[in-house]
Amino acid sequence: MSQVPAIELRGITKRFPGVVANDQVTMVVQPGEIHAICGENGAGKSTLMKILYGMLQPDEGEILLHGTPTRFGSPKAAINAGIGMVHQHFMLADNLTVLENVVLGSEPRKGLTIDRSSARADLQTLASDYGLDLDANALVERLEVGERQRVEIIKVLYRGAEILILDEPTAVLVPQEVEALFTNLRELQAAGKTIIFIDHKLDEVLAIAERITVLRQGKTIATVDASEVTSGDLAELMVGSELPDPSTEVSTPGAEVLAVRDVSVTGDETTTSLVDVGLTLRAGEIVGIAGVEGNGQGELVELIIGLRSPDQGSVSYNGQDITGWSVRRRREAGIGYVPEDRHRRGLLLSAPLWENDMLGHQTQAPFTRARTWINKRATRSHAEAVIDNFDVRTPDADVAAHALSGGNQQKLIIGRELTAGPELLIAAHPTRGIDVGAQAAVWEELREARTAGLSVLLISADLDELIGLSDRILVMFRGQIAGEADPTTVTPRDLGALMTGAGTPPAVAGTGAGQ
Amino acid sequence: MATTPTPATSVWQQRGRATLLALAAPLAALAVAMVIASIVLVASGSSPLTSIRTLWSFGTELETLVATINRATPFYLSGIAAAIGFRMNLFNIGVEGQYVLAAFLAAAAGAAIDLPPVLHVTVIIGVAMLAGALWAGLAGLLKAYRGVHEVISTIMLNAIAVSLVVSFLLQRWQTDSDGVNIQLDNIEPSGRMPNINWLLELFTRDVDEGVELGGFVLLAVVVGVGYHLLLNRTRLGFDLRATGANAEAAEVSGVDPRRTIVVSMLIGGAVAGLVGLPQLLGIDHTYGLQFTQGLGFAGIAVALLGRNHPAGVAVAAFIFGWLDASALALDAQDVAPSEVVTIIKGVIILAAVVAYAVVERRRRSDEAARAAIATDAPPADPDSTSSPELAGAGS
Repeated sequence: MSQVPAIELRGITKRFPGVVANDQVTMVVQPGEIHAICGENGAGKSTLMKILYGMLQPDEGEILLHGTPTRFGSPKAAINAGIGMVHQHFMLADNLTVLENVVLGSEPRKGLTIDRSSARADLQTLASDYGLDLDANALVERLEVGERQRVEIIKVLYRGAEILILDEPTAVLVPQEVEALFTNLRELQAAGKTIIFIDHKLDEVLAIAERITVLRQGKTIATVDASEVTSGDLAELMVGSELPDPSTEVSTPGAEVLAVRDVSVTGDETTTSLVDVGLTLRAGEIVGIAGVEGNGQGELVELIIGLRSPDQGSVSYNGQDITGWSVRRRREAGIGYVPEDRHRRGLLLSAPLWENDMLGHQTQAPFTRARTWINKRATRSHAEAVIDNFDVRTPDADVAAHALSGGNQQKLIIGRELTAGPELLIAAHPTRGIDVGAQAAVWEELREARTAGLSVLLISADLDELIGLSDRILVMFRGQIAGEADPTTVTPRDLGALMTGAGTPPAVAGTGAGQ
Repeated sequence: MATTPTPATSVWQQRGRATLLALAAPLAALAVAMVIASIVLVASGSSPLTSIRTLWSFGTELETLVATINRATPFYLSGIAAAIGFRMNLFNIGVEGQYVLAAFLAAAAGAAIDLPPVLHVTVIIGVAMLAGALWAGLAGLLKAYRGVHEVISTIMLNAIAVSLVVSFLLQRWQTDSDGVNIQLDNIEPSGRMPNINWLLELFTRDVDEGVELGGFVLLAVVVGVGYHLLLNRTRLGFDLRATGANAEAAEVSGVDPRRTIVVSMLIGGAVAGLVGLPQLLGIDHTYGLQFTQGLGFAGIAVALLGRNHPAGVAVAAFIFGWLDASALALDAQDVAPSEVVTIIKGVIILAAVVAYAVVERRRRSDEAARAAIATDAPPADPDSTSSPELAGAGS
């Protein structure tokens, strides 16, 4: 390690309002190596890469490129310095050919026109040098996902990149395409390129990278040699191994409230397919769903609340088949929902709190009279009661929702859902992005409601929260229930392994229902 | 915490401030419009002072005010028709086609039947509302079930409606009485809307001969009250507003987006159907080539200026109606070209859009400050774990 590192990051810190995305991150990438960056969603990987690529400026710290302190004011500057980025979401013009896409923005000119023949020659050289097989005249819209990714890589190489950053390149690929990508990456490495590879799938990281830097909550946890670690070690580094703080007293679950049976849903470019998903939930039980984001949890939630209908399988609630029910009918029947993104799905930000209090329950007492009219007075006093009981800090119920802090918005949502007296609550990331005090309050409310007989389906990325609150934990991986874990014995490390598809699950159970 | 306002401000001070802010925007817009119109007048060699004096003295006469209300009535109906869609982010610019088609079919139906007075008018109104609703409903269905953007579909439906009426049906169905004007048969007197001068004269003096206050202003009031109740007091109205504020959150709350789109287009179209009736049943008693067009597009401006609020749209319709009615004096007394009124209208709208945005930002920051006081933490700093009050929030 005596050579000058290709890239060295020293003490990089980046703050956004209310959150420190990168906290004193330090990292050394040697020339000619494939270096992976691992971490949970929200660990700060993307922020770090955007800083390196000049899309964001660090608040503190410095970047050393081949030993020289550098600052990239823009991606253009990074490209000129030989750093290229292959984005997770491709940035290609579908209606242009491969050749046109590659030269777009840095076209070789001949007078006033594009010098197509020299562009074509350059492209051919690049393709054969690095084994990146592509038809220069093909329209990009006709290409497979893996081929599009190759176009992105060539685009970066065409601009003279020596250091390539790939942001979750395998997220969009099927296994065979992953293999092809890895072959390409090894050829690039053999040609002397340096590759930074962002991923959270541990088996892939171990297969391709030489060294791995793990980030957690914006901090560098460790840089390890791939040959010296197991995926279990990596999982532990990624998710941490602190013991859970929330703990639940034993309850005796009652009758079956929710049963999802053999459900399959076909996904598309932005959603994950669900494959034969089955689960049951009984009264007075909290079932946790663990999984790396994008493994089907969102689709499962949408299936149960009624935003998505299954291709096959059924959903039943209190013994009734509700597969064909509308969202409204489900909500009227007592299914509550705390959405994962409160601004997008949970609130009317410009509307006053009392209107937000009735959102989702606007067809029910006490909010409506004679199924037509809104009972303004009753709604307002209901909202005031929610504000009091759930400690929502606001001057009054007439304030618009956007004026409140995230924690108070979340307390309002939890309050309105629990006050409606649901039998089943779908709580997706109920404490995401809120402060510690509000988090403790939300946990307490969920625990009390469970003791009172509520069934909760808890989706969370916070393993401590899952282990602490859940009676059972199901792990989702690639649209399937990959296993079940007992929260009294499971460690975050085991969970992490299950979530990333590594290791053998301690107890692979299809959860009983409908098998 | 040093910059937070004192919490001592009373509720009344806050309300007063909010009201002032709400009024500030339209007043500022009017003032800016006056200044710019004055500059235009000076540039074109007219005297702004004389023009304004002429507008004012003519515009405050009782007869001009009656004319103002008559002109404002279709503006108001058109504004409300557009506003219903706007409240749920549905950019229905099809009021134009909806009202032209509705007025034409209502005129044809009204001339074809003979009924007792009140019933006759009621049936004509019903036909107009139904025609408007169905025409608008087409755009709603296209959007809900085929994903066709409503701007595209309503523009095309406007073109189809107007050419269908003007070039095709009117030719076929025209009366063969005089051969000069292409128009339908006249509606019998039983199907005409009487004026309501008696109501006016209860409060004022007798108006001049030939000046009539159209009865449809009463229907416009009913529509305005109905719009307010629908929007603010009914479940459907809440679903509609929720969709406008955040379509995804509304869907998660149980609102069926397709149904809401179709229903709001139907209601908007029904109101649009009324737009041509003051002229049809109060003045012309028939549909002909001379029938006023463009009221549907004026309604978009009126709704924008009135912020889709039932009273705000009324004020906007009144301003537009007054400017149109008073402008006649500019030409008649040869003070300035009456087209200056068009400039004033345009500038009012532009200035209002800017002023509303400024006021809205101000109102938001006021509100955030108030909420911040209540939470004991500045709004831009959610990192409040150090706050002892919040740490104990779970108890």
